[in-house]
Amino acid sequence: MTDGIGARVARKEDKRFITGKGKYTDDIRMENQAYAAFVRSPHASAKVTGIDASAAEAMEGVIAVHTGPELKADGIGDIITGWAITSKDGNPMQCGVWNPMVTEFARYVGDAVAIVVAESQDLARRAAEKVSVSYDELPATVFADHALETDAHQVHENVPGNLIFNWEIGDEEKTDAAMSGAHHVTQIDITNNRLSPNAMEPRSAVAVYDEAEDHYTLYTTSQNPHVARLVLSAFYQVAPEHKLRVIAPDVGGGFGSKIYIYPEEIACLWASMKTGRSVKWTSDRSEAFMTDAHGRDHVTTAKMGFDADGKIVGFHVDTIANIGAYVSLFATATPTYLYGTLWSGTYDIPAIYGTVRAVHTNTVPVDAYRGAGRPEATYMIERMMETAAREMGMDPAELRRRNFVKEFPYQTQVLLQYDSGDYDALLDMAQDAANVSGFAARKAEAAGRGKLRGIGYSTFVEACGLAPSAAAGSLGAGVGLWESAEVRVNPVGTVEVLTGCHSHGQGHETTFAQLVADRFGLPIDSVSIVHGDTDKVQFGMGTYGSRSGPVGMSAVMKALDKVEIKAKQIAAHVLEASEVDIVIEGGEAKVAGTDKTMGWHEVGLAAYTAHNLPEGMEPGLKETSFFDPVNFSFPSGALICEVEVDPDTGVTEIVQFTAADDFGTIINPMIVEGQVHGGITQGIGQALHEGVVYDDSGQLLTGSYMDYQMPRAADVPSYTVSHGCTPSPNNPLGLKGCGEAGAIGAPPAVINAIIDAIGTDNLQMPATPQAVWTALQSAKMPMAAE
Amino acid sequence: MDMTGEYRIAAPRDVVWHALNDEDVLRACIPGCTELERTSDTELSAIVVQKIGPVRAKFAGDVELTNINPPASYTIQGEGSGGVAGFAKGGADVTLAADGNETILSYVVNATVGGKLAQIGSRLIDSTARKLAAKFFDNFQAHLNENQPDKAG
Repeated sequence: MTDGIGARVARKEDKRFITGKGKYTDDIRMENQAYAAFVRSPHASAKVTGIDASAAEAMEGVIAVHTGPELKADGIGDIITGWAITSKDGNPMQCGVWNPMVTEFARYVGDAVAIVVAESQDLARRAAEKVSVSYDELPATVFADHALETDAHQVHENVPGNLIFNWEIGDEEKTDAAMSGAHHVTQIDITNNRLSPNAMEPRSAVAVYDEAEDHYTLYTTSQNPHVARLVLSAFYQVAPEHKLRVIAPDVGGGFGSKIYIYPEEIACLWASMKTGRSVKWTSDRSEAFMTDAHGRDHVTTAKMGFDADGKIVGFHVDTIANIGAYVSLFATATPTYLYGTLWSGTYDIPAIYGTVRAVHTNTVPVDAYRGAGRPEATYMIERMMETAAREMGMDPAELRRRNFVKEFPYQTQVLLQYDSGDYDALLDMAQDAANVSGFAARKAEAAGRGKLRGIGYSTFVEACGLAPSAAAGSLGAGVGLWESAEVRVNPVGTVEVLTGCHSHGQGHETTFAQLVADRFGLPIDSVSIVHGDTDKVQFGMGTYGSRSGPVGMSAVMKALDKVEIKAKQIAAHVLEASEVDIVIEGGEAKVAGTDKTMGWHEVGLAAYTAHNLPEGMEPGLKETSFFDPVNFSFPSGALICEVEVDPDTGVTEIVQFTAADDFGTIINPMIVEGQVHGGITQGIGQALHEGVVYDDSGQLLTGSYMDYQMPRAADVPSYTVSHGCTPSPNNPLGLKGCGEAGAIGAPPAVINAIIDAIGTDNLQMPATPQAVWTALQSAKMPMAAE
Repeated sequence: MDMTGEYRIAAPRDVVWHALNDEDVLRACIPGCTELERTSDTELSAIVVQKIGPVRAKFAGDVELTNINPPASYTIQGEGSGGVAGFAKGGADVTLAADGNETILSYVVNATVGGKLAQIGSRLIDSTARKLAAKFFDNFQAHLNENQPDKAG
């Protein structure tokens, strides 16, 4: 079947996207729509001493100005975090209170102080400028490594020393013993740079309050509308779930930043009720830089011990994670259970221990961003391997091979059990594709042109499809991590698949349809995928953490199993055969070994006319399933980057990039390659270009694309991508997830290549021309002195 | 931002000192200044329209003079709010040294910006400030020349 599993099917949804016919939240126009703008704190840390909205309220067309204390007085709850972490001393974490709008203290530049509702967007913004807010400026704490110092300003009254938690994982005693007996110990001090997610579509919300029904509808840029509804109902007390519908229509990219329920959505819903108008807010790019949850921002010291053969004996990690002014929805899980649990990397490490201290600062909240914890772990481990190989005079690929996990399942020292993999095979594949044996000649040729050529490796394993629900719950998760699916066969044989996952660039409308096409031999055009509406889909957890394949598609497979069984029973009854002899393929139900067939549409019609069903069978052909995996899935990969550095300017050019990944079974190679390409490009962005900068008073200095550099097409080469396959045993299709892999694996490959080129590892991300040039000069200095 | 500078002004120190304390002179010489009123012996309020990179804003602010030591030095401190454009605040230690019939004015400025100014204009603050300082002293010299023609030669 041409549209089935493994087929390189063009994305069904792209036609509407590339012809400008996508329907995004900002495209929604309600009849009585008004517009919101937010008054935001220009200070990182300040007490609000007065708000004078009279000038704004006096403007013609301004409907209302509301503030944080009013919202709180109406019983709207504080913003919650979804995962409770316990510190190593047994104490629960301490989180600062997050009011959707400031009630007393503004804690980051961009903290919302008031909402202005007006007849037009322009008017709302102009009126917001007229709201006069008096501030008493306070000292600000900005940087992760400063937050724990005694002279740091305390961001929240109830969080002493800004320490949210001090979490540990692994066996300290065993690791200390292993390290003290090590033949060689390598230490690295690295930062993982702070990133702005920069989805192409900015966040937007349209809140519609229907007074007659006392019912709310929220159109919003969400990766998980059901989670949004649950949280808005259960915790923010906006409305009970049956009185709140959340719709996430076409969403133009998320990368994690649209998982969370932000203050603006809450304020718009509340303002819609207060004003009796539909209220729309759409972020501009400046607001996005200021208020979208940032990613990463770690400061880490790590030590790895080796024996005389280069075999790892122990690994010790200490990380400070900057969580920002408030603790966002997944902010506590990201630097713990999505980070510390990956410290074994692709390696067999007998002893691991580490701590993560999460701190409040006067910066925008930091949360999961494409990869979420796993890029931080991979970057640390893979820079460690590069540095250790250099120190021990070993080939970095050989050092990796010597330590690879080789037998599966593999139980790490940090909770996870890897399902399947073949890391040597992936590295072989990548080395062949990258023509590593020809590198020396390429380096010599580059030297002739005055360029420093370097090669860098990265191997990674990551964990996708966070699971199972019971285990996550025991570790502090506030939700289950299963997924639901409903398969509806219509009377004419077309099929609708309802999924709790949400597509915002992943191509679900194509790949989920391929599952149905594969099962029944139908063209994918006769299948539609329904998602993103809490009134249509009963419940689901949304899309993040590369879960839609391993978890979401597995739920679809289970529902398809049920549909297939019933369809075969109907066909067997109509065709007067035994159901074990019925085969469904090519859009037909056939009696094996005979010429008796009935079309798929006839099976559908039979189910709904119910004129001739087996005795006792209920009419209809629609099945629901919930899938809760027994474990994560563990994609892995080997990436090889080659760079050329101009020693005079520090400019790095990526001249070759090779990835060999194991995603288990692949549904659509073209979409997987697209995900890998995008992920690698984002990883290169982190490695070379991107970095959020706050000054020491907490002012955001990278507030536009003039100062925050995204990777462009001209910055990256054409990638060579190939795939190995060890199917995951943890889901029916053997899927592993591919959405984040590139962003996880790419940064260390790039940085290791630059380090190889310039001969010093005194380099942090982003490796801008200035940073590389400075590293080069610092490397030259001792030589000059000799 | 930190900035230091020195200007030679072709006028005696007393004249320069008085001009630097004359709100009419300052209003005329500060680039973009549309209003400047004295609110007390040592305080002024001002409105200045400025463009820094892509940010154009009207700053309303208060300025205070301290450490007044006529005719040799003072410290000028102020804070201005430009609405959604953000804010700027800072101070300058200004010293006047007589050099014959001329005056050497030196200053040490420390200033910070916040809000949108910081987000999209921070790279341009230094160069803009230098440009504005140069413009101010050009205006200031021209003003002195015009009003004291007998001393110009």
